[in-house]
Amino acid sequence: MTLSVEVKDLTIRYGDTVAVDRLTLRLAGGKIYGLLGRNGSGKTSVLSAVSAFRPATSGAVLVGDAEPFENAALTRQICFVRDRVDAQDTDRVTAVLRMARALRPNWDEEYAQALIERFRLPVRKRISGLSRGMKSALSVTLGLAARAPLTIFDESYLGMDAPSRYAFYDELLNDYMTHPRTIIVSTHLIEEVGSLFEEVVILDKGRLVAHEETEALRARGVAVTGPADTVAAFTEGRTVLGDQRLGGTRSTTIYGQLTDDERAKARYAGLDLGPVGLQDLFVHLTAEERP
Amino acid sequence: MFDDRSPIYLQIADKIKEDILSGALGEDEQVMSTNQYASYYRINPATAAKGFQQLVEEGVLYKRRGIGMFVSADAREKLRAERRERFFEEVVDAMIAEARVIGISLDEIVRRIEGAR
Repeated sequence: MTLSVEVKDLTIRYGDTVAVDRLTLRLAGGKIYGLLGRNGSGKTSVLSAVSAFRPATSGAVLVGDAEPFENAALTRQICFVRDRVDAQDTDRVTAVLRMARALRPNWDEEYAQALIERFRLPVRKRISGLSRGMKSALSVTLGLAARAPLTIFDESYLGMDAPSRYAFYDELLNDYMTHPRTIIVSTHLIEEVGSLFEEVVILDKGRLVAHEETEALRARGVAVTGPADTVAAFTEGRTVLGDQRLGGTRSTTIYGQLTDDERAKARYAGLDLGPVGLQDLFVHLTAEERP
Repeated sequence: MFDDRSPIYLQIADKIKEDILSGALGEDEQVMSTNQYASYYRINPATAAKGFQQLVEEGVLYKRRGIGMFVSADAREKLRAERRERFFEEVVDAMIAEARVIGISLDEIVRRIEGAR
């Protein structure tokens, strides 16, 4: 079972601060989505509203066609994973796991045990005695083993070291393939996880910047490099994301697909066309000032 | 064909083509499943499926319902023919252009080729 997510004209305000600004977004569900945005772009606010952790200031959130806020039956189907554990500091890991088992209708105990072993979680320790990495490992274990139709990882694995993060990526991918569900992963470590996403959503200042298939987005940025004048002539009138010069050479990053004809022309003019990685594209699309 | 836009699914398609050309994948041999491929390369299964779909459209792979993807009987020959067509333009012409830039004469190149016989 998977759940769709629909956000309609959503605004979330904290006092005078607008965290989410009339955001409209539809995720069909059953896929792994990447939610990208800088710190303070509104990622956590949107995900909190989707998981019923906070109400919308205005607008609507629908998960599988129902409002999640104060809807207990629906929220049991939604698992929101942060990089801290939602438990008392004095609780032992075993108690936290027991609680999850009781609350989550699709909980898989065998899988939970396998993850505990893989992340070498010290189950007898209290939450207060866990390192940051272990807290992260515990949260992702809770998130994966819950097998919730809508599972959200909000930068929940950032406290883990690189080998543990990659172990998490492998578990996420393999468990998604055997138990398809809607998964949203918010991150700024795009280079590491980008290839796991079927679709990518980019937020900036509470607004939607892009929502596309990852593969389409990957083909969307082009770095045009060559003699400064030729580059300037070729990129005129296009959406320019970035610009760099080194002596007489100029490299301009443009956004938008080029036709085969345009590519041939660029080559003929002696220009070099290079791909722009997802991480670079993200940096350009959410940069403070555009040239 | 341009190599400067490289979505992952195209790289997957290229990798499978290389395996067919080198003989690592024989005709009518089954290729890894989408999920095995996704898991091995740590990529989304939809991306892997897109790469396979591309090869089905090009006639390099064929689908057997409920079983999986297989290498077409004429895939290797077809890929070799395509490569041969591009060989002179992409390899030989490029070599001659480079030789001119750095001052190597065509006679020297011919001697070298003769030596490789």
